Amino acid sequence: MEIVKTKGSVSNYSNGLPSKEKKENKFLKKFKRGKYLFLLVIPTVICMLLFYYLPMWGILIAFKQYSPFKGLAGSPWVGLKHFRTFFENPFFFRYFRNTILLSFYSLIWGFPAPIIFALILNDVQNIRFKKLVQTVSYMPHFYSTVVVVGLFTMFLSPTSGPVNKLIQFFGHKPISFLADAKYFRTIYVASEIWQNLGWGAIIYLAALTNIDPQLYEAAIIDGASKFKRLIYVTLPCLAPTIITMLLLRLGHIMNVGFERAYLLQKPSTYETSDIIQTYIYRTGIESNNFSFASAVGLFNSVINVIFLVGCNKLSQYLTETSLW
Amino acid sequence: MRKYRFSILKIISTIVLLFVLFVTLYPFVYMVAVSFSENIYVLRNEITFYPKGFNLKTYKKVFEDKRLLPAYKNTIIYVILGTAIALFVTTTGAYALSKKERCPFSGLINKMLIVIMFFNGGMIPTYLAINWLGMYDTIWAVVLPGALNAWNLIIMRSFFINYPTEIEESGQIDGLNDLGILWYLVLPTSTAVTATIGLFYAVGLWNAFFGPFIYLRDNSKYPLQIILRQIVLKGEAIDSEMILSSGKEIIAEDSIKYATIIVSIIPIILAYPYLQKYFVKGVMIGSIKG
Repeated sequence: MEIVKTKGSVSNYSNGLPSKEKKENKFLKKFKRGKYLFLLVIPTVICMLLFYYLPMWGILIAFKQYSPFKGLAGSPWVGLKHFRTFFENPFFFRYFRNTILLSFYSLIWGFPAPIIFALILNDVQNIRFKKLVQTVSYMPHFYSTVVVVGLFTMFLSPTSGPVNKLIQFFGHKPISFLADAKYFRTIYVASEIWQNLGWGAIIYLAALTNIDPQLYEAAIIDGASKFKRLIYVTLPCLAPTIITMLLLRLGHIMNVGFERAYLLQKPSTYETSDIIQTYIYRTGIESNNFSFASAVGLFNSVINVIFLVGCNKLSQYLTETSLW
Repeated sequence: MRKYRFSILKIISTIVLLFVLFVTLYPFVYMVAVSFSENIYVLRNEITFYPKGFNLKTYKKVFEDKRLLPAYKNTIIYVILGTAIALFVTTTGAYALSKKERCPFSGLINKMLIVIMFFNGGMIPTYLAINWLGMYDTIWAVVLPGALNAWNLIIMRSFFINYPTEIEESGQIDGLNDLGILWYLVLPTSTAVTATIGLFYAVGLWNAFFGPFIYLRDNSKYPLQIILRQIVLKGEAIDSEMILSSGKEIIAEDSIKYATIIVSIIPIILAYPYLQKYFVKGVMIGSIKG
């Protein structure tokens, strides 16, 4: 700070100098004016560099044979070896398919659910009932993933879970949902919707209250039915919000809720539950295969970024809504 | 005709909402009922809505578990320390970046923020970075990496951008610099947004599982969520000592699991009235100016 100060004061005398130096003076002046703001932003910059940009730089190990003893700089380069190993893995297709499918199902069920919930809730005339449902529906959002997965595991338990009690009551055999690969995706998506239905609806409810009531009045005068009002008034007014939320969601298409999947999966359900991220965890953290796991992670991120940029472009082209 | 159709729609929507209400509340009711019930009814699967043979034996057993109370204490420390650090980083950064024309490098820093909203190093490089920084198996690995959340910072920044300039100008006239204006004028008048963001961080830290799970090795540093997973999901409900001491009386494993879950979410339930008020506000602020 001191150095900057003296430089800044010197610059006050240098008015007739060439333009390049003038620019520099301008910069120093600006810096001096905002030096306290700069002081305030330093913690943010440090956090960003240490916990976001240092790891990004660390992605380089995907192209190296990293060993903790040699360090990042000392480890030899191996090019695309790890990527090749991953593509040649007999299970590669399984990881890829499971990730995409889990994400896809969670999108087509989990994305519209809060919208529909908000539309129904918005239509309720009884304010107290509306408030009650709304308040209660937020609650699971604040439970941890461990609690939610724990609840689902216990409720679906074949021996003591209430769900299986109900199934047995109707004279069927109890089903061990969590040990059976064919139920994994359903349970995953259901637990996600259960946790985020109410919370996800907040933003749409806010958008719904912002719709001009005159639009509805005009539509009623024109004789539009409730359904037609929904199609021609409500949905077009919600569209920008929906598209933005959809884009944000698509930007994380490969980042399936890792914690949820990891906690829900069992070796007996790997056929459907083993996604790229859980594979990264097992090879990287459990088996210390850092370079290979980083390569898999980079592959995952690249697909993500391609999806995000592509969808954003498409949305700009079609609807003029963009994330940045 | 019109009236008839309308009421059918109303019936369907009421049923849907009642279903949501039931599905959200029932698990909680059931957990409470089982955890307070006499063992024999739990084993016979007779509990549905209310406890049978009310007693506190299960909770006594839960608190006898040597892992639970230390983990509870750890979590409280992580939440308090982590929230304080995160609020410090986020408010200072958001305030500085809200003064776009005056803050040096604000353009570059803003771009860097947008990048981290959508892209990160991934699990393994982040894990190695924590190791390189010497934070592995320390409290800092739990408390620091989450201290900056780009989304929260942007919510706060948009709040500060809309902050009335008159107040800041009056501070300038009185000879305060930016630090003084933030500390004496802006922060005391923006407790609502600070509380909201603070709660975002606090709940995140309370519920954090995966970070502590991979960054901590020493059992004595484990937070509540890891112990919860051991008890509820891995079925390590009864540590060996308990088997020895409870020769006569067996407590159903389910009761212990449910009671542990309840103990772990009690603070959240107690804070819930505040949480939902502030959190909803937070989502709104964020949605006005993304």
